[in-house]
Amino acid sequence: MSGGESPGKEKHARAVGARVPVALWIPATLALALVTLPVIGLLLRTDFARLPALLTSEASLHALRLSLLTAAISTVLCVLLGVPLAIVLARSRVRGVRVLRAVVLLPLVLPPVVGGLALLYLLGRTGFLGYLIDVTTGVRVPFTTAAVVIAQTFVAMPFLVVSVEGAVRAAGDDFESVAATLGARPWTVFTRVTCPLLLPALASGVVLSFARALGEFGATITFAGSLQGVTRTLPLEVYAQAEADVDSAVALSLLLIVIAIAVIVLARPRAVEGVRG
Amino acid sequence: MLQADIQVNRGEFELAIDLDVPPGGVLAVLGPNGSGKSSLLDCLSGLLAARGTISIAGRAVHALPPHQRGVGLLRQTPLLFPHMNVLQNVAFGPASQGQSKERAREIASGWLADVGVAELAERKPAQLSGGQAQRVALARALATRPRLLLLDEPLAALDVHAAPAMRALLGRVLRQGDERLAGVLVTHDPLDAIALADQVVVLANGRVVERGPTREVLAAPRTQFTARIADLNLVAGHAVADGLRTADGSLLQGILAPDAVRGEAAVAVFAPSVIAVYPVGAGHGSPRNTAVATLASVESHGPVTRLRTGTPGAGWAAGIAADLTPAAVAELGLEPGSEIEVSVKATAVEVHPATPVIARGAQATRSDRP
Repeated sequence: MSGGESPGKEKHARAVGARVPVALWIPATLALALVTLPVIGLLLRTDFARLPALLTSEASLHALRLSLLTAAISTVLCVLLGVPLAIVLARSRVRGVRVLRAVVLLPLVLPPVVGGLALLYLLGRTGFLGYLIDVTTGVRVPFTTAAVVIAQTFVAMPFLVVSVEGAVRAAGDDFESVAATLGARPWTVFTRVTCPLLLPALASGVVLSFARALGEFGATITFAGSLQGVTRTLPLEVYAQAEADVDSAVALSLLLIVIAIAVIVLARPRAVEGVRG
Repeated sequence: MLQADIQVNRGEFELAIDLDVPPGGVLAVLGPNGSGKSSLLDCLSGLLAARGTISIAGRAVHALPPHQRGVGLLRQTPLLFPHMNVLQNVAFGPASQGQSKERAREIASGWLADVGVAELAERKPAQLSGGQAQRVALARALATRPRLLLLDEPLAALDVHAAPAMRALLGRVLRQGDERLAGVLVTHDPLDAIALADQVVVLANGRVVERGPTREVLAAPRTQFTARIADLNLVAGHAVADGLRTADGSLLQGILAPDAVRGEAAVAVFAPSVIAVYPVGAGHGSPRNTAVATLASVESHGPVTRLRTGTPGAGWAAGIAADLTPAAVAELGLEPGSEIEVSVKATAVEVHPATPVIARGAQATRSDRP
């Protein structure tokens, strides 16, 4: 091939690989605008001079502290419960696992309000489990910080399960079977081989579930209510302030957006791959 | 050492096989894809449940999980744990068996040196070539001191440069390593069996269709099925610079495989179709490998006619098969008892390393076969 010919060919090859019908650009631009313009709108509306004061008000700090605490606990619960579930779903050959796999996705597609209502009728005073707990231990779950954690775990768990399960499936069990022939007990295989190999998927799952728990609104307000310092997390505070003090609501929203962007930066692109896998 | 009599049902597929491998012995399992070779290894290692009995070194293991069987497994791909470095990979087995961390590392270093990759200890698996990774995987399997080493196509994924060296290493480990170590080698390549195994079973559709000493089975397949896999002339002897010298001193010129070592046991391999047959004294030309032999049998063999020479006193040409067209056989007027001259081009003969058993058992066993 002559020197003059090759750059032209390269250019041609690149063009073929990247060719997108022009017609797609218009809806694509609209979609992008729909995602970004509201954020810009919020930024324009923000009173940056009062921002520090708004963010450090007592109500805001309560909400922030509560949100970080409950989202962190929920995320830990998601990991402790979700990782074993993901492995069982991916590896178990028991009949009915396929159905279970679909059931696990329920909180992902269910309106959170419905989830909250369901939790209320399970763990509320009249719910069968709630009644049992009330009678035996005197503990009432709804409208407590624990209820916030339960609601957040409920909605966030599928993100972790889907992310980890995809990775377990994609990895297969070849490494585990080799480890077993090397004399490793099942628990050793799990801790020394399975878990380390899952770390990337687990990391993205953790970030996604944390973000989902932090943003939880519907299930929380239904199941846990909105008591300042007890169950009123950041999103609930935003909702409450939206009527009382719009500037404060906007400031808190900005805080949530900053956290969301941090999550995207941390979790991409692995999160997307994990969910797909 | 290894005695197994197992049956597996997996939907349509059924595997039923019995094996007996003595200490120090290596059994090659030959067969096409889907014949049950890999299922067999999974049963022996405990990764697949099977009915029947398996005993390794006198211990019944069929009810034990894989980690209690004392079996080493080397697969086509090395499957080194990607999150550990080479040394940690090899130390994993000894550590899992309860050795202290220090001791496990010592053992691992020893085995890495033994397979010739000591300098790679600190590397991550992603930084290794295919051949290096497979060596590390072998060290890892041996570091647990298994009594039985299962080899599942261990050379199939290696390139043409790495495979001979790995084959030579496996040969050394299996023959000169722990003499109590038995091996089961699954392969589709008859050359692997020649180089590494003293016994062969041929599997088809989950059944044993043929078994016996490697050389007998491969050189004179009793079934059409085996013949399709391995229809080769195998002449035993030892490797010399320009080919192979048989036990009775005749020289067969050929091309030495990269892993053949001069002076060591070897087998010359060539197909029945590359042999030319002439009446004695016809005065033909170039091929330097020419010998006189007595024709022992003439049989129709599909579209060709298979000639087989008699055993006594013909040097390398004793008991070999040659394929001719029926027309050529008629033209030459060949029938059992005829004296013929056979010749084969040196470039059509490959000289491969062989287990000593194969090299020794050469000419004698042939006459027993139908």
